[in-house]
Amino acid sequence: MYLLSDVHLHPHPDHTEGSRAPVVAVVAVGGAVGALLRYGASRAWPNGSDAHALWRTGEAAFPWTTLLVNVVGCFLMGVLTVTLKERFTRAPRLLNPFLGTGVLGGFTTFSSYTDDTRRLFENDQAGTAVGYLVLTTAGALAGVALGVALTRAVLRPPGRTGSGRGRYS
Amino acid sequence: MGEWLLVLAGGAVGAPARYLIGEAARTRLPSAFHWGTFLANMAASLLLGFLVEAGTEGALGSTGQALLSVGFCGALSTWSTFSNELLSMADGRRIAGAAGYLLATVALGLALSFAGAAAARALW
Repeated sequence: MYLLSDVHLHPHPDHTEGSRAPVVAVVAVGGAVGALLRYGASRAWPNGSDAHALWRTGEAAFPWTTLLVNVVGCFLMGVLTVTLKERFTRAPRLLNPFLGTGVLGGFTTFSSYTDDTRRLFENDQAGTAVGYLVLTTAGALAGVALGVALTRAVLRPPGRTGSGRGRYS
Repeated sequence: MGEWLLVLAGGAVGAPARYLIGEAARTRLPSAFHWGTFLANMAASLLLGFLVEAGTEGALGSTGQALLSVGFCGALSTWSTFSNELLSMADGRRIAGAAGYLLATVALGLALSFAGAAAARALW
């Protein structure tokens, strides 16, 4: 019956069955934590869309803070994905929604990226805008790919290390 | 109220809003396209363009910016899930699909940011 009633073409490990309310709750807590961490980065380096929205820091600076937040968040997402979906598959059900959808989703921001780019264009810095557009995309993709690759290398499942002697005493 | 508390409150609403958009999209728009992340990023880009420009026009102060721009829009939108989806599409040899998803998200998100800012300029 389960197989007949399951119509999803792409079952996703995030979508384990169960009540939705606890997931919403942990995503909310995680999102608050992630947003605060991003706010902390803007306070430390007041530059980019968030700092501009809050403190009107000016139009011309290259948005390094937004770029750094997004690249770091994507790297950590790669680490998390491999850690929870390939290695520690029996971790608590709410850990991935809390850390992935909540903390890292709240930490990284797409809207600040488009806002940064728009303000650079409107400030007649088209070259910088295009550079930022491309650099963020490349950094985000390289970040998540590097996070996945490094974590796979570090968290190699036991028994596949190649020594093969089985000397556990 | 402290600025950080407003960011916290906005983040606590924005992230679950993105999750619920994803859940709604998953049941109502069953396809291989990542509608949830896409729609959340588009909505946040439109809204943030509007809010930041509203600030430039003097219509929204730092309290509203902390709650809505930094907190809500920042947490509603995401790069981490987006890039994770792109990587998994590329891993599944759906290179053209990943490229299309990337271009559509960046191009439309930027266009919506301009549209939101234009709407704020028209209003104030």
